[in-house]
Amino acid sequence: MADISMVINGREVRGSVEDRMLLVHFLRESQGLTGTHVGCDTSQCGACVVHVDGKAVKSCTMLAAQASGCEVVTIEGLAKDGQLHPVQAAFKEHHGLQCGFCTPGMVMSAVDMIRRHPAGLDEKTVRAELEGNICRCTGYHNIVKAIMAASEEMSGKAQAA
Amino acid sequence: MYQTTYHRPSSVTEAVKMLGEAEDGKFLAGGQTLIPTMKQRLAAPSDVIDLRHIAEMKGITVNGRDVRIGAGTTHAEVAEHTGLASVCPAICHLASHIGDPHVRHMGTIGGSIANNDPAADYPAAMLALNAMIHTSKRALAADEFFTGLFGTALDEDEIVTAVSFTAPEKAGYAKFPNPASRYALTGVFVANRPEGVRVAVTGAGEDGVFRATAMEDALSRSFDPSALDGITISADGLMSDIHASAEYRANLIVVMAKRAVQAANG
Repeated sequence: MADISMVINGREVRGSVEDRMLLVHFLRESQGLTGTHVGCDTSQCGACVVHVDGKAVKSCTMLAAQASGCEVVTIEGLAKDGQLHPVQAAFKEHHGLQCGFCTPGMVMSAVDMIRRHPAGLDEKTVRAELEGNICRCTGYHNIVKAIMAASEEMSGKAQAA
Repeated sequence: MYQTTYHRPSSVTEAVKMLGEAEDGKFLAGGQTLIPTMKQRLAAPSDVIDLRHIAEMKGITVNGRDVRIGAGTTHAEVAEHTGLASVCPAICHLASHIGDPHVRHMGTIGGSIANNDPAADYPAAMLALNAMIHTSKRALAADEFFTGLFGTALDEDEIVTAVSFTAPEKAGYAKFPNPASRYALTGVFVANRPEGVRVAVTGAGEDGVFRATAMEDALSRSFDPSALDGITISADGLMSDIHASAEYRANLIVVMAKRAVQAANG
């Protein structure tokens, strides 16, 4: 067993877990944070994306023990004071989801993508950056729209226009 | 995944010692191949030794045209490094097309070359750049390091600690990505160096990465895509699978090499 500790959504947590436990299972089963999904379980679909020390990673491809000592943010950690994060709000506004299964990973990936492209995003970049996130419902159009809208909003361009 | 025991060393020496004490241990770099393999129970190491917390294996230094990349450097860090981009943009371009953004945040150059997947991108760059592979025991030329399908010259308890190379005058990488996995269905790295041109091919060879000497000779005479007109690559020894036949890959090698030269010439 591994004794681990990490900060999840600003809250310090400790646990004693099997060394082989994946981060996604620690989040879902030990912490009850079921917003992070297991889609493919083969590191391809991106439904399990969370942020570890500020970077988007696939939590099904990382041991919980590897994340010990790190700061983890999940989909549950995005909204503040009852207000949706701008990316969550944009997905709602632009109908960037249908069944919703991939959505937590899409939103976490989008937040990371916008952070890495402070100067803004074009459609080609958004589509290329979504390579690690699979959606089987939407055909991606509204997801791309939502991310571009959120990017504009967060960079302040929307207000200026 | 079978049971395993997790270890977190803070130095290369400690990591080697931990592996020596393990029954059947494995070094864990970014884990983007090893963890999925363990989940499928295709690998079942008794111990995993996490190399992500070893400071001496991290970072990129660029001194004139001399480049050194710590083995623990992630693909994302290589892709975004401005100093590296100013002397060898081709390797940044290569790193920016490995897997997807999340994989690039975890996967490392050391992990990639130590695994020597026949469709991985970095082995082609190392071979074409005539890189030195530094390990916990020695330094090896890339020509000696890659020894076949998933094969390297590494001993069981040997860790890749860094790679180094002199930035070539020009370099380019072009790959035809598998539409599902983004691994190279065929990828070609070309490097135009004062000593001559080197061309390395990944994704195509049955024995993993290899140099295409006929193309090297042609490009050494004229570093232009047209120098490759009329060159054909034999399908012997190339992979055939549901994605592409050996003959298709043979053709792709020439096409990708031309694109790589074009990219190198800007």
